[in-house]
Amino acid sequence: MKRLLILGAGTGGTIMANKMRKQLSRDEWDITIVDQHRTHYYQPGFLFVPFGMYNRQDVVKPKTSFLPNGVNVIFQEIDRIDGNESKVLLKDGISLKYNFLVIATGTRVVPEETPGLKGPLWHKNIFDFYTIEGALALAEFFKTWPGGELVLNIADVPIKCPVAPLEFVMFADAFFVERGLRSKVNISYATPMSGAFTKPRASKVLGALLEDKNINIIPDFYLEKVDNDKKAIVSYDDREIPFDCLVTVPVHKGDPMIGRSGLGDEMDFAKANKHTLQSDFFPNIFVIGDAGNFPTSKAGSVVHFQADVLTENLVCAIENRPFTESFDGHANCYIETGFGKGALIDFNYDTEPLPGSFPFPGIGPFGLLKETRMNHYGKLIFRWIYWHILLKGKEMPIDSKMTMAGKKM
Amino acid sequence: MAQKIYAGVSVDVNEEGYFTNPAQWTREMAAEVAGEEGINLTDNHYAVLSFLRERYGKGEALTIRSVGNSGIIDIKGFYGLFPGAPMKKAAKIAGIPKPSSCV
Repeated sequence: MKRLLILGAGTGGTIMANKMRKQLSRDEWDITIVDQHRTHYYQPGFLFVPFGMYNRQDVVKPKTSFLPNGVNVIFQEIDRIDGNESKVLLKDGISLKYNFLVIATGTRVVPEETPGLKGPLWHKNIFDFYTIEGALALAEFFKTWPGGELVLNIADVPIKCPVAPLEFVMFADAFFVERGLRSKVNISYATPMSGAFTKPRASKVLGALLEDKNINIIPDFYLEKVDNDKKAIVSYDDREIPFDCLVTVPVHKGDPMIGRSGLGDEMDFAKANKHTLQSDFFPNIFVIGDAGNFPTSKAGSVVHFQADVLTENLVCAIENRPFTESFDGHANCYIETGFGKGALIDFNYDTEPLPGSFPFPGIGPFGLLKETRMNHYGKLIFRWIYWHILLKGKEMPIDSKMTMAGKKM
Repeated sequence: MAQKIYAGVSVDVNEEGYFTNPAQWTREMAAEVAGEEGINLTDNHYAVLSFLRERYGKGEALTIRSVGNSGIIDIKGFYGLFPGAPMKKAAKIAGIPKPSSCV
């Protein structure tokens, strides 16, 4: 019996388990998936939690509900990957041999990387919304907050879902307007990037949206530390921004197991070919999603598109044929802009987000790089699609390769 | 594509002044690009520039944190050498494309 081993049962690992179980004969191939946690989080939903739009029940389900029959599940922490011996060592001493390995261990926030961030003010005046605990604590805080300086800070890039911080401040604007508190809340957006977003045309459109909503953008702010006594964030070039409520997007890293296994960069992101998704170190190891050092968004849509490519390429590798698929960096993100509207961006490694309509040229129903009500509904409907279609690896009417059709240059 | 003369040689640059062909770069040109940014290059600057060019050559991502972890200089020192926006300035002077932070 040969074995395909998948590390991580989040979005990428779950989709791959579903897709590969259909591809590989059950008589010849064992598929085993390992994860240390039993709960699957719908991470795009975390954004809605601080504003009381979703609660915990809306964003959590057991992981086993989404894994197919015929896949073995092991809930255990991973010690390291031994690529030379093609085996994975678990924390409890068990060793798992594999013929092929998929790394889907994701990324995590590491507030400890920034001095003072996880200090006395943590979850008192400082919150993150990239963990369920942080999002829930912030929801409680907002219930009674009388207003003041609300600062959103991105500590460093790359981060998961790069549009989520923009959505957060636009939601905050709408939230405090609706509560009649907006005149008492000053909203700032401090980012290490030189604008609201990295890609020029999207940055211009999104930057203008923030200005319209009276949100101050503070660009090129690279966080060094948090001064808990002064209640201020301090940059490496000694600029200070005072806050009454700091919403932090902490430094992101890959799983420390990647580093221990010698398969990653200095941030523990697994090094892999951005087109074939094959590890730089071993030909029978592949990487998907946030766990990799791919120069595209760390986002569920990317994982979904990568899964199509990886399924093809894994089958090629198993059958000892040249790769037939190449990942183009395709990402597709709904952006909530508040007051029941949303925007949508669609891009890849080479093409920045452009205006137009999606997925059908000239028809939509979604508008690219502009605010519409339909885009907002798209985001809300997506939660259902995620649980029922995407995780199970079923077909979606969107190609894994980005298309120029419907885009305006 | 725009052209600019550095150290008496015409090189290809983009609209923001970044080299589009890193192979055209020389140490002498770096000093002139740095001059435009108001920076006098020292050995410490050159050590950082070499690190960035080497990393770029290997196709690895360029981030401020990676320079801080390089053992050549810490992040505070990087800001000291290239004030304001160190990665953007250093990349420009090192003759490599502007780092596109991951989206």
